[in-house]
Amino acid sequence: MIRRREGLLDGALIVLVILIVWQGLYAYAGAVALTPPWQTVRYAIGLFGTPSFWGHLRGTLAAFGWSLLISAVLGIALGLWLGAFRFAGDVAEPMLTSLYTIPKVTLYPVILLLFGLGPSAKIAFGVIHGMIPVVLFTLGAVKTIRPVLLRTARAMRLSPMQTARHVLVPAVLPEIASGLRVGFSLCLLGVLIGEMFASQRGIGFLIINGINSHNVRLTTAVTLIVILFAVGANSALLMLDRRLHHSR
Amino acid sequence: MKRTIVTRPAMSRARRVVWTRWGITLLLVLLLEAACRLGFVPKLAVLPPSEVIAAMVALLSTQEVLTNVAETFSTVAIAFTASVLTGFVLGVALHGAPRLRRAIDPLLASYYAVPIFVFYPLLVALLGLGALPLMAIGYLAAVPAMLIATLLGLDRVPPVLRRVARMHRLGRVSTAVLVILPAALPNLFQGIKLSLAYAFIGVIAGEFILSSGGLGYAIAFAYDSFDNRTMYGLMLFVLLSAVISNGLLSSWESRLQRRRGLQ
Amino acid sequence: MTDATAAHAVLHGVTRVYPGANPVHALGPIDLSITRGSFFSVVGPSGCGKSTLLDVLAGLSPPSAGRITFEGQPVNGTVPDGVGVVFQEDSSFPWLTVRDNVAFGLRRIGTDPAEIARRVDHAIGFMGLTDFAAAYPAQLSGGMRQRVCIARTLVLRPRLILLDEPFGALDQQTRLLMGDELLRLWRETDATVLLITHALDEAAMLSDRVGVMSARPGRFIDLLDTGWPRDRDSRIVSDPGFGAITARLWSSLRTESMKAIGARA
Ligand SMILES: Nc1ncnc2c1ncn2[C@@H]1O[C@H](COP(=O)(O)OP(=O)(O)OP(=O)(O)O)[C@@H](O)[C@H]1O
Ligand SMILES: [Mg+2]
Repeated sequence: MIRRREGLLDGALIVLVILIVWQGLYAYAGAVALTPPWQTVRYAIGLFGTPSFWGHLRGTLAAFGWSLLISAVLGIALGLWLGAFRFAGDVAEPMLTSLYTIPKVTLYPVILLLFGLGPSAKIAFGVIHGMIPVVLFTLGAVKTIRPVLLRTARAMRLSPMQTARHVLVPAVLPEIASGLRVGFSLCLLGVLIGEMFASQRGIGFLIINGINSHNVRLTTAVTLIVILFAVGANSALLMLDRRLHHSR
Repeated sequence: MKRTIVTRPAMSRARRVVWTRWGITLLLVLLLEAACRLGFVPKLAVLPPSEVIAAMVALLSTQEVLTNVAETFSTVAIAFTASVLTGFVLGVALHGAPRLRRAIDPLLASYYAVPIFVFYPLLVALLGLGALPLMAIGYLAAVPAMLIATLLGLDRVPPVLRRVARMHRLGRVSTAVLVILPAALPNLFQGIKLSLAYAFIGVIAGEFILSSGGLGYAIAFAYDSFDNRTMYGLMLFVLLSAVISNGLLSSWESRLQRRRGLQ
Repeated sequence: MTDATAAHAVLHGVTRVYPGANPVHALGPIDLSITRGSFFSVVGPSGCGKSTLLDVLAGLSPPSAGRITFEGQPVNGTVPDGVGVVFQEDSSFPWLTVRDNVAFGLRRIGTDPAEIARRVDHAIGFMGLTDFAAAYPAQLSGGMRQRVCIARTLVLRPRLILLDEPFGALDQQTRLLMGDELLRLWRETDATVLLITHALDEAAMLSDRVGVMSARPGRFIDLLDTGWPRDRDSRIVSDPGFGAITARLWSSLRTESMKAIGARA
């Protein structure tokens, strides 16, 4: 109880510090760089009243949703497959890690050349970003299942379905959830980068458009919306993630 | 004697894994080459690998590209070094302040959900045009990776090792140098590797989308002017740089692990 | 202090409560005097506070109440010179070879290198690790790693040796032989030994005196003098007195052990 109240107090303090720093940055760099907190919040709320903003938001969310879905399905499937075949997993893992660490943004032109300028390029780019962590986490989860668990299942004469349902899934689920959380963030990143580089629609486009036309109010407000969405969604997923890891 | 018998089959399997990996890579490259040559992929969109390699070699002998390379690499190097130092120091400090750490934890956990270069305009306003805001992006992208790895490494030092240090009546400094640091080293190494990758990604992405210099910009510019040879040549160079630098750190890391008798 | 029967370490009304949201009363109150040069063993049900007793006695954690003295000096918060501890968990340094692990303490106190080499070689040989001097802990079995930790502590020639289930990872045969080695070492160095163990026969065979602890919070419910001669080894197990001692230990422990298990179920 005390811990909890302390946590709330500390959280409030952190938010306060962020607001003060923000206001301080505004005082230092001026209106060419960003708008102050209160004004930004008002403008951001105002944005939600304009139909054109909803169009951009829908565009981004649709692309994001598809890329997340594809990343999850393909990522988990590939991860399970690589995990089941030890050799394939060992061959593939460092390749995937390398893919994870390269600046994928340089690949975007290729994606554009292959997929054209429509939403499919954005989706593909989101998948490239988001799928790898899902594969890596799933692969890691399958690889580190303690063999004794599977032997126990055999000793209890569980059918393959029962083994999957009662042993395999519960054993790998928490790690897969962690992978999906990271994949979530990276899909969003990929889609936004795609929109920033070449698109006429979406939240990323709004930001880059604001930068290019020196519309500081728009840039700051949209940035705030992106951050709040990312942090909010991530915190919710993190809570789910922790619960899964604890209930193990 | 015993050891050679034990490690022989493991070695040959490891070697098989490595050879398979190279084989698959080579096969993919050859397939792509064939697909391009035989016209399965539009020649306008994708260049065959052989031409990409030729283009890269040719580009790397031009002064202009070399200038870009130097610019980007020095930006990355500075961002990387600064981020590793800052991340480590902040990690140590935060480890010693549990309440602050609990408060900051949600921010750290959500940090990479935010695309950092949305802050580019702000950074330009604060730091001016040029390499500084890019450096800042690379730095901001890399610091938390090192910070989180440092925290994790310190968390994972087995408590019993700290007690061994106390039994040997070591002081604070000797405990840190002789016990805590070596115990946390694997995680610290992980942090260093990630920091390099993130600094590189941050700088290149910043150049690509927003700036007017460096390798990332050169790729975007080549794309805009339909200069596929330059675009693919530079792209290959950037990707190879990332993979090779990461590979170098990894091999250093696994040498360290082997020294501890792991692997 | 020169008196051979003088108390080497003394605990007066020592308790230990782990603070926190739900404080855990782990130990005591304990009144105990360990005779200089004696071999003292502690047995007790799992979770009764044996490791906590060792921590407090070694100065690794402060008692919540009571006083501890070692060689007449109060122990508070730091490990006194002359006390060596072997912990229950594997505490070998994974980044050092067996030889460097064992040399760790001697290098810290600035012993002459030739002397270090000599003593380390001896300790490694003593623990049967000569073939693995250059190996890293990751290449050793759990029992071998524990032997590295024992060597690392013994090489310092502590006057009071605290061992927390040091043979827990060993098979019964090795355990008996290691017990013999420990007895030999104890005789040769005149050190005082406090051994925590869960094996009743081990306690009965090795000790001058065995303390039986109650379920948590651990207190001594029985102190038993074995009366073995100082010159003894594992062949003692065939002595008729041995069975009697083990039987008495078990009868003291049985109800406490059931309490410890019942409390958990
Ligand atoms: N750091 C700690 N914080 C809170 N409680 C602790 C801590 N360490 C031990 N305890 C509690 O104190 C009690 C005694 O623990 P201790 O480790 O001394 O038992 P033990 O007799 O050594 O058990 P075992 O035979 O299993 O090693 C246990 O109930 C344990 O839960
Ligand atoms: Mg214990």
